[in-house]
Amino acid sequence: MTKPRVAIHKFSSCDGCQLAFLNAGAALLELAQLVDLVHFAEAGAVQPDAAVDIAFVEGSITTAHEIERIQNIRANSKYLVTIGACATSGGIQALRNGKMQGADWIASVYASPQFISSLDTSTAIAQHVKVDYELWGCPVTSRQVLQLLRDLLFAVRPKVNADPLCLDCKRAGNVCVLVTRGEPCMGPVTRTGCGALCPQFGRACYACFGPSELVNGHALGQRLSGLGLTSADVAKRFLFINAGAEAYAEAAAFTEHKHD
Amino acid sequence: MQAPAQFLARSALQSMIDALAARGYRVIGPQVRDGAIVYADLAQVNDLPQGWRDAQEPSSYRLTHSDNVRCFAWANGPQAIKPHLFAAQEPLWRAIQTDDGFRVEAVEPDVRPLAFIGVRACDLSALALQDRVFLGGPFVDPYYAARGTEMLLIAVHCSHAAATCFCASTGDGPRAGAGFDLALSELEEGFVLEVGSAAGRGIAALLPLTVASAQQIQAAQTQVEAAAQSQTRTLPSRNLRDLLFANLDHPRWDDVAARCLSCGNCTLVCPTCFCHAESEVTALNGKETLHQREWDSCFSAGHGYIHGFQVRPETKHRYRQWLTHKLGSWHEQFGRSGCVGCGRCIAWCPVGIDLTEEAHAITGETGHDE
Repeated sequence: MTKPRVAIHKFSSCDGCQLAFLNAGAALLELAQLVDLVHFAEAGAVQPDAAVDIAFVEGSITTAHEIERIQNIRANSKYLVTIGACATSGGIQALRNGKMQGADWIASVYASPQFISSLDTSTAIAQHVKVDYELWGCPVTSRQVLQLLRDLLFAVRPKVNADPLCLDCKRAGNVCVLVTRGEPCMGPVTRTGCGALCPQFGRACYACFGPSELVNGHALGQRLSGLGLTSADVAKRFLFINAGAEAYAEAAAFTEHKHD
Repeated sequence: MQAPAQFLARSALQSMIDALAARGYRVIGPQVRDGAIVYADLAQVNDLPQGWRDAQEPSSYRLTHSDNVRCFAWANGPQAIKPHLFAAQEPLWRAIQTDDGFRVEAVEPDVRPLAFIGVRACDLSALALQDRVFLGGPFVDPYYAARGTEMLLIAVHCSHAAATCFCASTGDGPRAGAGFDLALSELEEGFVLEVGSAAGRGIAALLPLTVASAQQIQAAQTQVEAAAQSQTRTLPSRNLRDLLFANLDHPRWDDVAARCLSCGNCTLVCPTCFCHAESEVTALNGKETLHQREWDSCFSAGHGYIHGFQVRPETKHRYRQWLTHKLGSWHEQFGRSGCVGCGRCIAWCPVGIDLTEEAHAITGETGHDE
């Protein structure tokens, strides 16, 4: 029996989501028994143009070349799965889509900006090609990618869990940091999947897993203002990692408009 | 069962923990952790929250410390008995692929009997309701039963109500009425002790007790009455079923939905909420799967998803489901309301939605006096 062929591609990103595969430990060896990893540059296999059953895509689209590459990958793949905030919403670099223009950002970061050739925006993969499944997170976890892969190998539709983080946080027995300490926690509007990592260590969630199913950004924004955050600070809480996510962008715009 | 009330000196409280441990119980008691009173394994009386008080308001819970000698001068924390019996997440069984099919293996729960120190009237009422769900009827839940049937409960009658408490209105407190093995009233110098069961009497026999004075008994009575009288929140009535179902199109549902985050915190801190979901955790090799159960909420997508469509797509529908079930259709299901007046859903709601206020608004009654 031929094994399903899998590719893991990288676009504009920090490489961290690919570590969900590399850090899987023994499961990575098991994975190698189940599928052919034909392209995974971070692990050594390089066949970017190979036809595959499943293509995982990390990173956002920020250059003209990346627009061409993603079209090619889509054409060569049966399933295309985005992994992480960059690929799914445009990532932290989508902050440049806002008020400050791309050229201003480049000039403020690079000593010789003339060598940089990039688009003015950072956009999600789904804005360029059809995406079959999206895994949110910054970064995604091994559990997420392996579970989705297992479901596809079984030919069952992967279960998408867009429940708010609070449910997992309460199941873990964490004491709410918003209620006890007035921390500006984004858990009520953030998709579960991280295991409530930040609240477990007494820190407020900063929404790196993107919007949950039903985001009431107005109500949470108002609560955060009540905790003493300025409207600009509230907007930053929504825009930090997933500025390109519609529900967050809308909440941030509402907060800024209301108070400006 | 009515014997003269007895007295346990504060300096002898450790003897109670030791007696329970000697009888083989895993002792669970209140402690301060991460800014809240939580119930966890308790070995030493020094780990009790001595001198701690709670201040609770909608979306706010704060502890303060003083040199007060009392250990139970607070109302309640985010959870009490529920997570210890109805586990938040628990494996039930696993299926393992074999050459000619598959076999199923049970995952056995930990069976060491639990003893709780310091549980409150609201949580005992809630426990009775959870017992009906998991132990009542022909299908007994073996996982809950393994932890819940041999349990020993030492209650404390509340001497201090939080601003969010309304157990006097629901009829569930602040005095623990039933369901305890021993009940304590905490005074400065020690504890007035009542026996509630044969098991409780067995533990009491191991303690250095004296007869409580009339003055001590009176002081205990006075403080629990004061805790009742200090409560300002109420529900309009103990049975809101007809009023709620007559108001399914009330504009207040839209109003509360504009404030509600649909985060489900109210349901997971509620000591009577029992909804759960079951799912498979499949091994990567595809040869083994773990069937697990976890707390679910009527605010989750899965709760309202029925074979291809979502029956409660919006927050408005989900909040209405929570309130009309808890305060309405529980009466048909369990013969009483599902609310025991603990006020957790008010304090632990990130945006401070007040169930009593919503109930008053929707059923057309006047709001609570503040």
